[in-house]
Amino acid sequence: MLEDHAKVVQFMSLAGEVTGRKKLQKMIFIAKKLDFSFQEKYKFHMYGPYSDELTVRIEELCNLGFLEEKMENKGSYSQYCYRATAKGEEFTSIIEEASLALQKTIILMNQQNSRFLELVATLLFFDNLTQKQRIEKVKTVKASLKLTDDELQNAFLFIDNLQQF
Amino acid sequence: MQYATKKLAEEKVFKDPVHKYIHVQDQVIWDLIATKEFQRLRRIKQLGTTYLVFHGAEHSRFSHSLGVYEIVRRMVDDAFSNRPLWDKRERLVTLCAGLLHDLGHGPFSHAFEHVFDLDHEEFTRAIIMGDTEVHEVLLRVAPDFPQKVSDVIAKTYGNKQVVSLISSQIDADRMDYLQRDAYFTGVSYGHFDMERILRVMRPLQDQIVIKSSGMHAIEDYIMSRYQMYWQVYFHPVSRSAEVILRKTLERAKDLYVEGYTFEFAPTHFYSFFEGDVQLADYIALDESIMLSYFQFWTTENDTILSDLSSRFLNRHLLKFVEVDPATDWEKLVELEKLFEEAGINPKYYLVMDSSSDLPYDFYRPGEEGERVPIYLQMPNKELRELSRSSDIVDAISGKRRTDHKLYYPKDLLDGSNPLHVKIVKSINR
Repeated sequence: MLEDHAKVVQFMSLAGEVTGRKKLQKMIFIAKKLDFSFQEKYKFHMYGPYSDELTVRIEELCNLGFLEEKMENKGSYSQYCYRATAKGEEFTSIIEEASLALQKTIILMNQQNSRFLELVATLLFFDNLTQKQRIEKVKTVKASLKLTDDELQNAFLFIDNLQQF
Repeated sequence: MQYATKKLAEEKVFKDPVHKYIHVQDQVIWDLIATKEFQRLRRIKQLGTTYLVFHGAEHSRFSHSLGVYEIVRRMVDDAFSNRPLWDKRERLVTLCAGLLHDLGHGPFSHAFEHVFDLDHEEFTRAIIMGDTEVHEVLLRVAPDFPQKVSDVIAKTYGNKQVVSLISSQIDADRMDYLQRDAYFTGVSYGHFDMERILRVMRPLQDQIVIKSSGMHAIEDYIMSRYQMYWQVYFHPVSRSAEVILRKTLERAKDLYVEGYTFEFAPTHFYSFFEGDVQLADYIALDESIMLSYFQFWTTENDTILSDLSSRFLNRHLLKFVEVDPATDWEKLVELEKLFEEAGINPKYYLVMDSSSDLPYDFYRPGEEGERVPIYLQMPNKELRELSRSSDIVDAISGKRRTDHKLYYPKDLLDGSNPLHVKIVKSINR
């Protein structure tokens, strides 16, 4: 009955700690695009794919005490860190254990910074286009990131790596 | 004369309860409104199942879409026309995107999308880009024009100002639906000074910001959003109706997959049940068709399908209790077993509904790079996120409010049956 909530807690438990809401948003989007079963709907926003549903779900899980949120004041904005609590870990018993592929995917994603994951998520968002069109589109919608060819190449390689799991 | 700039011989107006009049001067807009895909929106209610709680809420996506168009028109023709950072060449694409932004909504949008794992925005783009009357009209403007309109709606258009007018924390879509939904539900929330907001909106390089002197008008708008969400959109009884709608469709789909023979073949749903929805099937399905099937299903041999569809049509809804999953999640697993023992299928009759299962739209400042917030432009041209200047917005956006409700058929639980009594006790514990 609360499986979709449990999946997010399990995700966080496997990640250990995720620093930044943006990073978390992109990580779950990427996992979804790799066919891992997350139900939160995503739309494209200024900073790439974003899910309102995930935002509320995280708030619910924090209110329930299944996730812990720490806020750090960075001056003009705040940054948030998330981890699963012991109570949250117990709650994940209502769903099956995560596959090895999901575990590897989460670990690899969590090693990247949010700018890179934003790029990867945006490339995956446009996966219905050819590679050339994807690059053009990403350069248009992410003009402010001033992406280099190296970064784009690394992002494609990263996607290839994730798809091997 | 070029079709893109062709004006009607005489301006047309639609009488509208929210904006008084909706003005149409462009031939393209007039032709888009006349397409069958746009006219279909008359048969999709703006607020889905909310009419079962607020009986006035029978207004359609058609009237909302015209309303969004009118607000966008006032922005680009009046508020922005002399602003140096606004590119006037974007006028028509902005108007078209505002008018067409909800074109792909299905019947009872949210529940329907949930069951069949669909996304109305994808269908909006598919209608704009597919073999449709809308596409034909847009194509007459320019070969790349349908794609431009589609990109604005997908929020992937190069000019972010245009995207912001249609979809951002303070956009024409929200400004229309808050006022329209308040009007038709009859509630006293949802009102704010839109005229003032239009006057203080400022197009900058990559976004739309608010002149700081307009902060109080924006506070009112944010407060109105907050109140409409908790009083109307998250109303527990409307959520009960949505739960039944969802479960009825799920049951019909499950029966189809099991090979059940329907008394009246649900041909309009076949491609939805099979997960292979073609554009023509999607456009053909509206709320009048769906409710006709619900009528047919009330006499089906399958007792679950007939019961659920009757409940929806006759507003015989499920009851609810507040639950706290933090302490109750083990009890919920137990309850599912008790329902099975009692012969009441928990898949259709014991439903947890959380605030995250609903479309959400509170204002959150968020963190840098998460989602674009509302920025105030201070007198020294510095940009400041709204909640850092407004105590009111800071108070409501900093507080997390979520809820979880458990829906169940109280009427099926008989006081003389010991197992049923045990279930009721467990639910109310």
